[in-house]
Amino acid sequence: MVELSVWLYWLSWPLLIAGIFFFLAGTVGLLRFPDVYSRLHAVTKADTLGLGLVVVGLSLRSDSWYSVGMMVLVWVLIMASGATACQLLARYQREAELAARVTRQEPPSDAD
Amino acid sequence: MSSVIPYLLGGVALWVLGLHALLLQPSALRRIMAVNVMGSGVFMVMVALGSRNSPIDPVLQALVVTGLVVAASATAFALRLATAGPYEEPDEQDDSAQGRP
Amino acid sequence: MPIEVAFDAVLVLLLLGLAGTALHVRRLYTAVLLFVIFGLLLAITWARLGAVDLALAEAAIGAGLIGVMLLTALARSGAEPAMRSGRLGVAVSSVLAVLVTALLALAVLPLAERTVDLPELVSAQMTNSGVSHPVTAVLLNFRGWDTLLELVVLLLAFLGVRQLGPAGGSLPAAWPLLDAWSRLLAPLSIMLAGYLLWRGSAAPGGAFQAGAVLAAGAVMLHLAGLLPRIGWSNWQVRVLMLAGIAVFALVAAGTHWLGAGWLNYPLSWSKALIVLVEIAATCSIATTLTLLVIGEREQPTP
Repeated sequence: MVELSVWLYWLSWPLLIAGIFFFLAGTVGLLRFPDVYSRLHAVTKADTLGLGLVVVGLSLRSDSWYSVGMMVLVWVLIMASGATACQLLARYQREAELAARVTRQEPPSDAD
Repeated sequence: MSSVIPYLLGGVALWVLGLHALLLQPSALRRIMAVNVMGSGVFMVMVALGSRNSPIDPVLQALVVTGLVVAASATAFALRLATAGPYEEPDEQDDSAQGRP
Repeated sequence: MPIEVAFDAVLVLLLLGLAGTALHVRRLYTAVLLFVIFGLLLAITWARLGAVDLALAEAAIGAGLIGVMLLTALARSGAEPAMRSGRLGVAVSSVLAVLVTALLALAVLPLAERTVDLPELVSAQMTNSGVSHPVTAVLLNFRGWDTLLELVVLLLAFLGVRQLGPAGGSLPAAWPLLDAWSRLLAPLSIMLAGYLLWRGSAAPGGAFQAGAVLAAGAVMLHLAGLLPRIGWSNWQVRVLMLAGIAVFALVAAGTHWLGAGWLNYPLSWSKALIVLVEIAATCSIATTLTLLVIGEREQPTP
């Protein structure tokens, strides 16, 4: 019968590879999507999921609950900060677009 | 031991990259970034030399930590100097006219 | 091992690519962003080389605080002037750059094999230093002078920035999300800074990293508009900023008059003195870095 730690080690491989795949997918989305919103969406979602899979894969290889707890805490913080940053960037882009639209609709004035 | 060499060469290359940009770029902000890159190159050479021992040489690491904080404060001063407007004589008569445009 | 060599090579090439692009890309905004990413990747490099204290400091100061400083300066600066030298100048300087790199590489490569006995000297004296982490022992005991002078350099940079007067410019009103996020992060940063400060005597951490994390929390509050108007005119700011140098200088004077010499800590007191100096230095570093990044705001006109 094979030891549990060896089982967990081999189980961590597909999780780590899946995590790397999601990071790659997010980066491809960042480079190829047409506008800011879809790029933000791709990067934030895929990166957070990829990081979660990597954290689970590394937890299977770790030897103490303390390091697992630290990694989960890091993942929660990155998820929160990624979501906040994505929201703020998207909102800034939206306001910039609205301001640009308002400026274009204005008739040309002499006051500038 | 063999992990020292890529970082030694990388540090040297970063330093030269920063120097090249420092001499060619006209914008003050970019030159400040170039000086920071030069500093990072020097730090990389120092940390690579520190990593010859294991655990890493604490004296070199402490020197680089000190250098990093000093570089950050110098960068702050340089950025403030670079974005300072022209000198305004403080107005003696009119207090409400103080301040930058 | 080949996989480690491949990792090192890829990391170094990525760093060089990021630095080169940051310095030569057309838009200054993109350049600043790439520089911040360069700082983060540099933190990973320090961690890979085993310099964990440095990785913590670089992530907080090099990537975080310097990024905010650069973006603030970018917001205040005008249009970028065009590059002066033509194609010939760039070509000649690039060739010269490659030659200089080769020369420096030839000079630096023989150092890779030499060994140095300083780490053994440090670990031999660790029991006399009062702490169990070698970097903290070096920073606050064996090379305490350098740390004292570094605190003075921070103060000098702040006084220099002060000479130039308030920077002007105001932040736009913060959105509710940023407000809530800052309110969440600021107490977290205080907790993290306290942990890093306390842990610095036994594991990677210490005064600089704790001070930088505190400064980052304060800058977050400022960006959300929650930090009150602070500056040199508040006596609390003055006390905090001078506390590090004052306490360190008092300890140095005390060891000179009552002890064995300047900054020669007596054995039974060394841990207590180091912790005292570290706490004062953390307050100092945090206040100075915060004010260097956010600047003093203009006093309202009467």
